[in-house]
Amino acid sequence: MSDIAMNPQTGTMTVPDVHHDEHGHHHHESFVTKYIFSQDHKMISKQFLITGMMWAIIGGLFSVFFRMQLGYPDQTFPWMEDILGRWAEGGRIKAEFYYALVTMHGTVLVFFVLTAGLSGTFSNLLIPLQVGARDMASPMLNMLSYWFFFLAGIVMLSSLFVQTGPFSGGWTAYPPLSAVGEMSQGSKTGADLWIVSMALFVVSSLLGGLNYIATVLNMRTKGMTMTRLPLTIWAFFFTAVLGVLSFPVLFSGFILLLFDRNLGTSFYLSEIYVQATQSALPNEGGSAILYQHLFWFLGHPEVYIILLPAMGMASEIISVNSRKPIFGYMAMIGSLFAIAILAFLVWAHHMFVTGLNPFLGSVFVLLTLLIAVPSAIKVFNWLTTLWRGNIRFTPGMLFAIGFVSLFISGGLTGIFLGNSALDIHLHDTYFVIAHFHIVMGVASFFGMFAGVYHWFPKMYGRYMNNTLGYIHFWGTLICAYLIFWPMHYEGLAGMPRRYYDYSQWQSFKQFGGLNEFITIFAIISFALQLLFVFNFFFSIFKGRKLTTPNPWNANTLEWTTPINAGHGNWPGDIPEVYRWAYDYGKDGVDHIPQTQPVGANESHH
Amino acid sequence: MTESKRIHPHKFTLWVAMASIVMMFAGLTSAYIVKRGQTNWQGFDLPLIFTYSTMVIIASSITMQLAIKKFKDRQMLQYRWLLVITALLGVVFMVMQFTGFNILNQRGIKLIGRGSNVSGSFLAVIAGMHMLHVLGGIIALAVMLGKAFSTRNRTYTAVPVEVLGTYWHFVDGLWIYLFIFLKWIS
Repeated sequence: MSDIAMNPQTGTMTVPDVHHDEHGHHHHESFVTKYIFSQDHKMISKQFLITGMMWAIIGGLFSVFFRMQLGYPDQTFPWMEDILGRWAEGGRIKAEFYYALVTMHGTVLVFFVLTAGLSGTFSNLLIPLQVGARDMASPMLNMLSYWFFFLAGIVMLSSLFVQTGPFSGGWTAYPPLSAVGEMSQGSKTGADLWIVSMALFVVSSLLGGLNYIATVLNMRTKGMTMTRLPLTIWAFFFTAVLGVLSFPVLFSGFILLLFDRNLGTSFYLSEIYVQATQSALPNEGGSAILYQHLFWFLGHPEVYIILLPAMGMASEIISVNSRKPIFGYMAMIGSLFAIAILAFLVWAHHMFVTGLNPFLGSVFVLLTLLIAVPSAIKVFNWLTTLWRGNIRFTPGMLFAIGFVSLFISGGLTGIFLGNSALDIHLHDTYFVIAHFHIVMGVASFFGMFAGVYHWFPKMYGRYMNNTLGYIHFWGTLICAYLIFWPMHYEGLAGMPRRYYDYSQWQSFKQFGGLNEFITIFAIISFALQLLFVFNFFFSIFKGRKLTTPNPWNANTLEWTTPINAGHGNWPGDIPEVYRWAYDYGKDGVDHIPQTQPVGANESHH
Repeated sequence: MTESKRIHPHKFTLWVAMASIVMMFAGLTSAYIVKRGQTNWQGFDLPLIFTYSTMVIIASSITMQLAIKKFKDRQMLQYRWLLVITALLGVVFMVMQFTGFNILNQRGIKLIGRGSNVSGSFLAVIAGMHMLHVLGGIIALAVMLGKAFSTRNRTYTAVPVEVLGTYWHFVDGLWIYLFIFLKWIS
């Protein structure tokens, strides 16, 4: 039999030796080792998810605050002063704090929620369960990955309470705003804390990514060849590869930034005059564009780090709930691979207006537009999987279909922005905001929601409430389109991003009503997410209990474990795998689990 | 595929981690190349001590490899001594790198601070980050020595020492690449 999860070297210090233990667990778990410093991948995934949810609430609330300013620039809200204190004196957000809010919203949502909260949660939960392993390759590093994330969060959170406020130079942290403390209030202690927090976050991502890659490649159960893996695992695998290869480059950019900030070097700084202090800086010969190259070499793959897990989960959930095999399994893997390669070759499309050589720019235009090919293949395959399926509209399935919808409508505007000629007009307008919020922000959130609803029974042995799920889905979908659709129009009309008060400009005053409209739906959308959070925590304790280990009649291995499985996942031997994960409706049989041997007169797929 | 032919997960994890570290230095050295092509770049010659430190770290790789061999032969006394020598060579390497920075400073080439040029700063960052990775290796060696001298537990598996050895050779090879890069490509 296969003995893959056990390795004699780790046996003493990491994975408990449940393999030779047919009766389950004999090792004692204290409260601390079970819930806090847990090395069980399932517990770590819950830690990532709940921490991510807390950050989503904070980051979402920030967007409500600055939307209040944008929607009602001439009004005051005394309750905001109650919450934010002197940052909202008289009930109106201060200009400096507005930028801090925008910066924190971006940083928190991109890194803490959609990277750690999404990939951290589901890679941890599903990789060992779906490849058939007792735990990760190194449970110890896995635990450290969470605690570095936690520490990064604590540092970021503390920056909200310092005298000069959190960092306010945008989530991309371009120098000189990020490199010179005198530039603004938010460039002082807040920026230091931001960089420290992000460095910790990079460490967390790398530790996680190493583990995911090693587990997928080394810890698969007997019979689980790479082409029998569910698409979720392929997506998590490519996500981890992207992270492991791109985060270090961001890290090198941060090191140079730290030197410029604290050690007087001139990597990014040259001939700068600071208005606030009326003084010239001594730095010469640096280039701020260098930082942009290093940043976007991570920054663009980061988009796919966020998106690929959502794609993988949508593929799995759509197939299970259509009761049909995924259409074009190999094409799905191929397109994931193509996206992962192209992710490294398109970073300069964020820099078309930096004075980039137009001939170089045209190469990046071509490579950027090439991403449309694998993306279209994926959309086609999702739609053909749905086509004439026996669709079960569970909340998880609705969110997966919603993901496809958002990916299409957000992806189309990517074709506009990928053209350098069009980008010169659209750059730094609300069109960009609309594009990336739909295609990467909301779409990935939908993938995450789909995953939570679908695998909640695996995580907690209970179901989430369906009615609340339906309200959550339809409300959020409608809000997402009503918030971001009008922004395309504003952007095409030339409305720039990052402005504090549009009513000051004759040309943008006309959008006052539209901005108020967007704000109203942003608030409703935020309230709906609180409903989801309520549903989540309520269902952990009071949800309808699972009666069968395989509630969705799915084929993958995670459903062969007992309800509320312990550390080690399978009480007995790890099951062997005989087929791919998508035998739905084959030969008139509703579903054939991966663990079932291929019959003598079974047809070939 | 049988169990014995598979690469150990910890070894594999190390290889992925090394790829990740390579990406960081690739980021730094490509930034170096980009900057060198721009204005206000003041080139300088590397002091000779960096050549000697390169020899020291190569020597430490040899002692590391011998240590692994002795471990597998269960000649634990030699194994311990070779680990000690390797760690000491690592420390000597770091001291020599630091001396190199000082020599440059005495020559009037400021690496950091007011009046520093980007070319010097890059040396400080690249060699400095590499020193941190060597330091990590020395700490791992110290932990391994602690285990080797502990009488309570005996280890028979060669995996941890092999993992450490691979990392040590990697840090060595990385420096050789950086040295060639800094000496000739600059």
